[in-house]
Amino acid sequence: MHIIVTDRDGNDHTLEALEGWRVMEIIRDYGLPIKAECGGACACGTCHVYVAPEWVGRLYPASEDEIYMLDSAFEVEKNSRLSCQILFTPELDGLRVTLAPGSES
Amino acid sequence: MSEIQETDVVIIGAGPVGLFAVFELGLLDLKCHLIDILDKPGGQCAELYPEKPIYDIPALPIVTGQELTDRLMEQIKPFGATFHLGQMAEKIAKQGEGADECWIVTTDMGMQIKAKVIVIAAGGGSFVPKKPPIKGIEEFEDISVFYAVRKMDRFKDKKILIAGGGDSALDWTLNLHPLAASMALIHRRDDFRAAPDSVNKMRGLVANGAMDLHIANILGLNGENGVLESVSVKASDSDAVYDIPCDTLLAFYGLTMKLGPVAEFGLNLHENLIAVDTEKFETSTKGVFAIGDINWYPGKLKLILSGFHEAALMAQEAFRIVHPDKKLRFQYTTSSSDLQKKLGVA
Ligand SMILES: Cc1cc2nc3c(=O)[nH]c(=O)nc-3n(C[C@H](O)[C@H](O)[C@H](O)COP(=O)(O)OP(=O)(O)OC[C@H]3O[C@@H](n4cnc5c(N)ncnc54)[C@H](O)[C@@H]3O)c2cc1C
Ligand code: FES
Repeated sequence: MHIIVTDRDGNDHTLEALEGWRVMEIIRDYGLPIKAECGGACACGTCHVYVAPEWVGRLYPASEDEIYMLDSAFEVEKNSRLSCQILFTPELDGLRVTLAPGSES
Repeated sequence: MSEIQETDVVIIGAGPVGLFAVFELGLLDLKCHLIDILDKPGGQCAELYPEKPIYDIPALPIVTGQELTDRLMEQIKPFGATFHLGQMAEKIAKQGEGADECWIVTTDMGMQIKAKVIVIAAGGGSFVPKKPPIKGIEEFEDISVFYAVRKMDRFKDKKILIAGGGDSALDWTLNLHPLAASMALIHRRDDFRAAPDSVNKMRGLVANGAMDLHIANILGLNGENGVLESVSVKASDSDAVYDIPCDTLLAFYGLTMKLGPVAEFGLNLHENLIAVDTEKFETSTKGVFAIGDINWYPGKLKLILSGFHEAALMAQEAFRIVHPDKKLRFQYTTSSSDLQKKLGVA
């Protein structure tokens, strides 16, 4: 299973994904630059990603906490999510996300 | 500049580890001053996750970030440490030789403290406002773009645009509105995570035409030589792009941690962390210690409990530096009437 992550320079990376990991953790573990300052506590907004349009509807909707936390992220769009709040499950095999501005470590 | 204050130990950072260091140093009769850029003690626990539970503090099966901070404050109360909050420790300088050797710590407000020992408990670095990644924003900073309000006067008769949807954004919208030439608030959605009372007041002003509310995202800044003329934005619910005329932008997107001045203290660093030994948690410079999230040694784990342990060992060596002539006695708080007296329980 894998996810595809586009970095801030526009390069695609295919990352092996483990069930039960958060997408932020998969990205961080692979070594792509992602600040994720609060370590996944939905308390910083620095793990902001854009989800590819075809995947937006297939994710669990964002919680109220996540929507609030996105207020402290930048250039938030309709497909914005906090990657620490997306739990990877087999249904998400092939998920595509792009690192957003302000998530740089 | 005010008079130099004197103490035994200056602790830079009032996070959980800096707070517990007061306790360990206090048991050895060492007096402390703490400096923190935040306006409250507790570091990450109080700023990033006050309401969230921590499960791995020994003997506290569950405690929130704020509760842990409150309990530490209670635990160190007998030692009467002095807190200097809202100040950044900017410089450390050595003074004197041999037995007279000591340190002077200077803050961004010009305050100076003299001590034999410095303990850096700076955690993930000092908390500073997040800066929006808008192209060319640096040129405008401190001229037209600000991330905090230090003096309200500065914003008198300005055409102000405030960005953000939390308490800081709403509070400053309401506080600065009476003195501004014009006031507008911009937020990405029409919902605010701020005190409902402030939100209602803001909506009242908008309804009366006393200020503008834009539900939009900032695209760019327009102006020359740092003088802002307008801000280009894109509406959240349409693709409409337009300019908001203003000469001042105040952006409130929360805080982030930056290593800051500690990097310039001249200590050996390991990937932006301060390298220490694991016996005394001393840095490459004698008399300067680093404990908690800011330090690095092989096997380091960024856990609160590790920081507590580091504080206890650091205190032993700090004692030897402050009182080279005195003998250090190992005692338990349970059985030592001497320690109990210091704690005010005997
Ligand atoms: C969401 C989240 C959940 C966590 N959960 C746990 C957990 O369950 N268990 C656990 O053990 N740990 C947990 N942690 C980690 C824990 O919070 C840190 O290990 C701990 O806060 C470190 O304490 P500290 O005192 O070293 O530093 P910090 O808490 O980072 O405090 C450092 C302080 O120093 C100040 N400072 C820095 N430089 C300067 C300067 N030059 N001048 C003035 N002030 C300065 C900063 O403003 C800050 O207040 C968690 C962290 C987060 C973010
Ligand atoms: S890592 Fe902080 S909100 Fe996701």
